[in-house]
Amino acid sequence: MESIFSFVSPGIFSQILVGLSRTVILFIVSSGLSLILGVLRIPNVAHGSLYMIGAFMAYTVAHLFGGGNLGFWMALVLAPLGVAALSFAAERSLFQFLYEREHLMLLLLTFAMSLVFGDLVKLVWGAEYRSVPVPQVFQGYMNLFGGLPFPIYSFFLLVMGPIIAILLWLLTNKTKIGKISRAAAVDREMVGAVGINVSWVFAIVFIIGCLLAGLGGVLVAPTVSVTLGMDHTLIIEAFLIVIMGGLGNVWGALLGALIFGLTQSLGILVWPKFGIVFPYLAVVVVLIFRPTGLLKSTW
Amino acid sequence: MNSSVFRRKLPWVIAALVVLLCFPLFLDRFYVYLTAIILLTGLCATSLNFVLGYGGVFQFHHAVFYGVGAYGTALMITKSGLSPWLGFIVGPVAAAIVGLVIGVICIRLSKLYFGMLQISLGSLVWAIVYRWYSFTGGDDGIHGVPLPDIISSSNGSYYFTLIVTAVSMFILYRMIKSPFGSALQGIRDNPVRSEMIGVNAKLQQLLALSIAGFFGGVAGSLFVVVDNTVFPDMMFWTLSLELIIMCLLGGWLSYLGPMVGAAVIVLLRTYVSGITGYWALVLGVIMMAVIFFLPNGVLGYLDRFVKKKVRNK
Repeated sequence: MESIFSFVSPGIFSQILVGLSRTVILFIVSSGLSLILGVLRIPNVAHGSLYMIGAFMAYTVAHLFGGGNLGFWMALVLAPLGVAALSFAAERSLFQFLYEREHLMLLLLTFAMSLVFGDLVKLVWGAEYRSVPVPQVFQGYMNLFGGLPFPIYSFFLLVMGPIIAILLWLLTNKTKIGKISRAAAVDREMVGAVGINVSWVFAIVFIIGCLLAGLGGVLVAPTVSVTLGMDHTLIIEAFLIVIMGGLGNVWGALLGALIFGLTQSLGILVWPKFGIVFPYLAVVVVLIFRPTGLLKSTW
Repeated sequence: MNSSVFRRKLPWVIAALVVLLCFPLFLDRFYVYLTAIILLTGLCATSLNFVLGYGGVFQFHHAVFYGVGAYGTALMITKSGLSPWLGFIVGPVAAAIVGLVIGVICIRLSKLYFGMLQISLGSLVWAIVYRWYSFTGGDDGIHGVPLPDIISSSNGSYYFTLIVTAVSMFILYRMIKSPFGSALQGIRDNPVRSEMIGVNAKLQQLLALSIAGFFGGVAGSLFVVVDNTVFPDMMFWTLSLELIIMCLLGGWLSYLGPMVGAAVIVLLRTYVSGITGYWALVLGVIMMAVIFFLPNGVLGYLDRFVKKKVRNK
């Protein structure tokens, strides 16, 4: 192994792994956003808030079950479901009346929802920092090739990413609802004309997208401090990833998340102080050369 | 027709200006400050509406120009040692240049892509300002910017803000009523047809973007005058969406709509934050109500209401 990796320093290698585990979170959240954009055509600014709510719910559930292994697994199941229930209520009460509105209005409406969600989180959980413990199974570090420690939890994330990607592929390509939703993305009137209740298809796709946001929030919770405002930066990142990959294309979201995560983590090595600017520069470069994103957009 | 409308409105404009000029005589210092904030926020929203409402360009990140104008002015005053008045020119010009550069990069993209790329570039500017401690003060911003004596007092800064805002609003109004403004609205309504009759759509829009950036920058400079501070949150994307809400709330299609929207939002923010810590919740609910029930804004609704009455007569 040493000979293969001798040309890259261990620092770069571990930084790539850090970037990849960040990529997993970004991919899970932005694939949900992309799904909603592609099928429902809603630029859902509230997506970031659902991610934040997912993280806070994970905190609550994990503490209800004692903060151990059980708490984490329960959080992994229950918190995304809680987010899905919340999004179901929002979809049926508000969004379903707005599908025909122009994008700017939808953007503003979802922004309004994100403000409301943000304050509701403040109301329920307060403004303090919360932390979700890393479950015992994933505690500790493992040594990489150069002897650098790498958290085991990040490896768990690296495994989760491909699993979610495969599940999403199966969902969109092999199930009936996936096929209907892809058809509805292309021509919703035609789908309605053959006797399918488009409104409910949209509701289901919306819920799945929001569930992914909640899942991203749960998975990120043990690695960061859960706090208000964690939605603000993430939602911009998720939007840029979706735009970079091609609106509505889930694989574009994967590609975009990879570019975003890696430029972020490697940029810090190149220029520690301004590492934050590299992902944004990457987006600019991509959109200058491919104005509608890297992969084919469903729009 | 054009000038007759203008002449009919002129007495109202003069009356409003006289009232505003008299404000410091009978109002508390705090209310004078609040009025100044409303005026400059309204100017910022109006400059946004110049491209958003009249130009139909998805200007999603207008706050960047506001922030660049403010930082340009503050940095010029604190770092250069030249005449402070120069800062009031440098800030808006810097904002106009940033507007032009971002415009050149984004202009080829259509609606939502345009807005998103602009948010990306704007976030880039924000990230640089946020991280560059030695130059911009990072997330602390710059406090206590020294100003020329004549505008450093409460009333001085108010009058300065009022005069600059009034002149800027007048210039923007004339631009909208000029052939350039008509071309802009034509491009908004039908870009293909506008190109066919010989309008260079992209060029006109680029010009509009730099003008909007310039006046956004003017508003930023005024903020430095009124508040003496700059901070990176002035160019965070949430503020941009708040500016769009001001335009929406007042009405896209009426010239004074954004100013009215700004007044409503600033007043609500001031008073609601005094009562409860959940200002964002209130704003969100108001926004939803406006989107559902008043898609043309307050002034748009009144306008239609009045027209209906006239027609019934």
